Amino acid sequence: MAQDHAVPAQTGEITPVAIRPGIDLEINGERYRHTGDPQMPLLWYLREVLRLDGTKYAGEHGEGGSDLVLVNGKAVSSIGVPMSKLSGKQVVTVEGLADSKGKLHPLQQAFIDEDAIGCGYCTPGWLIASMDLLNRHKDPNDGDIDTLPNLCRCGCQTRVRSAIKRAAGVMKQGAKA
Amino acid sequence: MSGQAGFSRRRFLQVIAGTAGALIVGIRAAEAADAAPIPPDMLGDNLSSLGAYVRIDQDGGVLIGARDPDTGTGVATSLPRIIADELDADWLRVRVVPLGLGVINNNGAPRWLYGQQVGGTGNSIPRAWHDLRAAGALARTLLLQAAAQQLGVPADRLRVEKGTVIAPDGRRLGYGQLAAAAAKISPLPSPIPLKAPDHYTLIGQPAGDIDALGIVTGRTLYSLDQHFGDAVVAVLAHSPWVDGTLDQLDKAPALAIKGVLDVIELKPDPKLPPGQTVIAPAVAVIAETTWLALQGRRALKLNWKPGASGSESTAALEQQATSLLGSDSAPTTRVRDDGDIDKARRKAARRVDATYYQPWLAHAASEPMNCLVNIDKNGALLYVPSQSPQQAYSVVQRLTGLAPDQIDIRLSRIGGGYGRRLDHDYVAEAVLLAQAIKKPLRLFWPRDEDLAHDYYRSGCVHQFSAIVDAKRHVIAWNQRVASASALTGRGVSSDRLWTSEVSVNQLPAGFVPNYRSDWFSLTSSIPRGPHSGMPDVTNAFAADCFIDEIAHALKEDPLDTRLRLIGDPRLVPLQGGGAIDTARLTNVLKLVADRINWKDWLRSVNGLGLACWYINGAYVAHAIEVSMQNDKLTIERVVCAVDVGRVINPKGLENQVAGATLDALSNALNPAITVKDGKVQQSGWKDYPLASMAQLPNSVEVITVPGEGDPAGASFIAMPSAAPALANAVFRVSAVRVRRLPLMKEWLRLL
Repeated sequence: MAQDHAVPAQTGEITPVAIRPGIDLEINGERYRHTGDPQMPLLWYLREVLRLDGTKYAGEHGEGGSDLVLVNGKAVSSIGVPMSKLSGKQVVTVEGLADSKGKLHPLQQAFIDEDAIGCGYCTPGWLIASMDLLNRHKDPNDGDIDTLPNLCRCGCQTRVRSAIKRAAGVMKQGAKA
Repeated sequence: MSGQAGFSRRRFLQVIAGTAGALIVGIRAAEAADAAPIPPDMLGDNLSSLGAYVRIDQDGGVLIGARDPDTGTGVATSLPRIIADELDADWLRVRVVPLGLGVINNNGAPRWLYGQQVGGTGNSIPRAWHDLRAAGALARTLLLQAAAQQLGVPADRLRVEKGTVIAPDGRRLGYGQLAAAAAKISPLPSPIPLKAPDHYTLIGQPAGDIDALGIVTGRTLYSLDQHFGDAVVAVLAHSPWVDGTLDQLDKAPALAIKGVLDVIELKPDPKLPPGQTVIAPAVAVIAETTWLALQGRRALKLNWKPGASGSESTAALEQQATSLLGSDSAPTTRVRDDGDIDKARRKAARRVDATYYQPWLAHAASEPMNCLVNIDKNGALLYVPSQSPQQAYSVVQRLTGLAPDQIDIRLSRIGGGYGRRLDHDYVAEAVLLAQAIKKPLRLFWPRDEDLAHDYYRSGCVHQFSAIVDAKRHVIAWNQRVASASALTGRGVSSDRLWTSEVSVNQLPAGFVPNYRSDWFSLTSSIPRGPHSGMPDVTNAFAADCFIDEIAHALKEDPLDTRLRLIGDPRLVPLQGGGAIDTARLTNVLKLVADRINWKDWLRSVNGLGLACWYINGAYVAHAIEVSMQNDKLTIERVVCAVDVGRVINPKGLENQVAGATLDALSNALNPAITVKDGKVQQSGWKDYPLASMAQLPNSVEVITVPGEGDPAGASFIAMPSAAPALANAVFRVSAVRVRRLPLMKEWLRLL
């Protein structure tokens, strides 16, 4: 690229630079083009290219779920999905759960209200998995909540359960209003 | 101007007028006062160079430094609240910053600015109660005196409400308006009175996690989320054997990947204790990014040869334990020997025996080991997820030779500790690699490395024998424990290796007239180290199950057996000082029994189980109800009562208690570390199954006993009694006595 500038076109016309091919996707409502290795897992694109560090490394197989993100509304382990599979997809990470004005999603508020946090490292993953659950079940029962794949060493599971139920209640109220 | 108030022999409170009229009250090492002070105008937000605990700005904002690292224990919330209460601050105006390591150069030796800085070992709150309140109290006293001058009213006629001083005639002055004047008051008042408990405004009131908003929006940074612009990333492949050697290494396929920069070998320093040097020989792949380094590691052609440890197995160690305990050999240490066990045996009305087996365990912290380091001619800057930054410092200092004030260790919130981060092998690795490659560097352990290269909790065997007299009193208790000490090689004399494995004061020591506790050392080269809740966790499981077995042998209600064993209200002295208050122990036990309807114990279709424990000044009891359908166990209810003395943050305490309960149940239900041919067989959370949401109870009912004694730490006190209460409930519902963990595997085998 530097060379293009060093040798100006003699005609005085601007020579258009070819658009770099890449993978276009939307993350938290913003459009991005990934021009690197198409095999790069989404997790490393988020953390090392965009420095969206809210999504945490869980394990090489996503063990424990702290690397979950929403892809087109469904919870997906971000280390398990290469960028090549994300063309045209909408990705939401924990940073994108609040609205564009920064107002928290009822689920985030419920996690605060129930103090559903231990060390907090796995919390983004619980939030994403819970969003996915609430997308599928407006009023999840204990059996539905039992299906969450996440693990937590600090033992925040009982408060996460309460937070999901609280959020479902608030969202129902909001839908009525 | 600055002045000092007497505080302790080693540390002083210091007052400084900060930039823009701020009042800063800090704690400095006494020796530091002799050094040239940094001009206040230069300080800005750099609290760590001041050692400040609290700063009141002109806009009324209050900034408090949290001294101890928060690994999920809640100290980033509770320590500042201890200060803020004495200050009478408006909690909504308080911001908390984690303090980095406080170290100053004292003629080349380190001097710790804030005293001890440790997280997750259960003593943050007791230490803070002892020394942090004075910082808030001094600031409040100065602000009141400044208000008295400005209002022309004696200080003792003023009152304070949430950061506002109010005169009898209703005139009000905010702390922000007073800060500049307060910082100029001289001489400092002495002594500084601390509040009477009935004036507490924050202590004893519930507060959510101070970082909650940052965490649910993904903004709170852990060490792994910190960045230096140009840092390279190192990912390691460790030898499966601590004494392994390289058999084959072909770096070429890794180096062929664009962006992979180097492949470097690391070896432990055999002269150093575990936790201060590389854990096992390793090959590090250095690359521009984590993703590239991981690919490089995969591409390495790498083979290790075992050393002598290649013949070890956890199964053989258990056999060694069983044969030791079954033999007449003398114990490694006779930990305690009250009364005369042998004489009591001859009077036996009834004898009960049982042996319990518990597996090796990993720490399995959520945030894997990592460290971000930059070493240049000015010094070293590190982000370390450490529970003990002073230990991290000594590792860095030894490897770099830098002066104390050239080593800057910063702490972020930490993704779990459980004792793993009291060791700093990963810091040694990061420093060695940064020195080798001469670039800022992030060390990153993938999950498989994290689980397969840990300082594990030793497996253990508990062999118990009790004698019960005709009046159903336990008159003799003989316990023989075999394990591999967590302290081996860590500079602890051989006659003290037992201290990580058994406690001299553990229940029922002191409650049984003839009591003997023997510890047998197992020899193993599998790395071992501190684990939260040890040695109580393994011992409580065995002892609390055994008491149930005694009750069963006596054909009586296990609550009655326990209450008789605890006996009348009295103080049972502890060796080394202090005492167990039996009334408090009985109280927590009765509280959980009442809550779970223990009177239905005999009739209930579901199984009810109990356990209680005394740990670090805290009294804890669990009652658990389980149901059984064919081979499916469901934990229906969990009740836990705790008495920790004064409660700083009831919500935080409840979270710690519920969390530790779930963690202890999770550890008891499924996972185990096994070693075969010297190799750890587990490589991820898939084969080290922590409990899923579905396996755990839907709620934990926590009962907190109000108290006025000095507060005890809370982070793992609810671990010891959870698993035995579960095993006792499982026995009740299924008539299967599980004497071996993990529980589910053994229960299904016996069913």
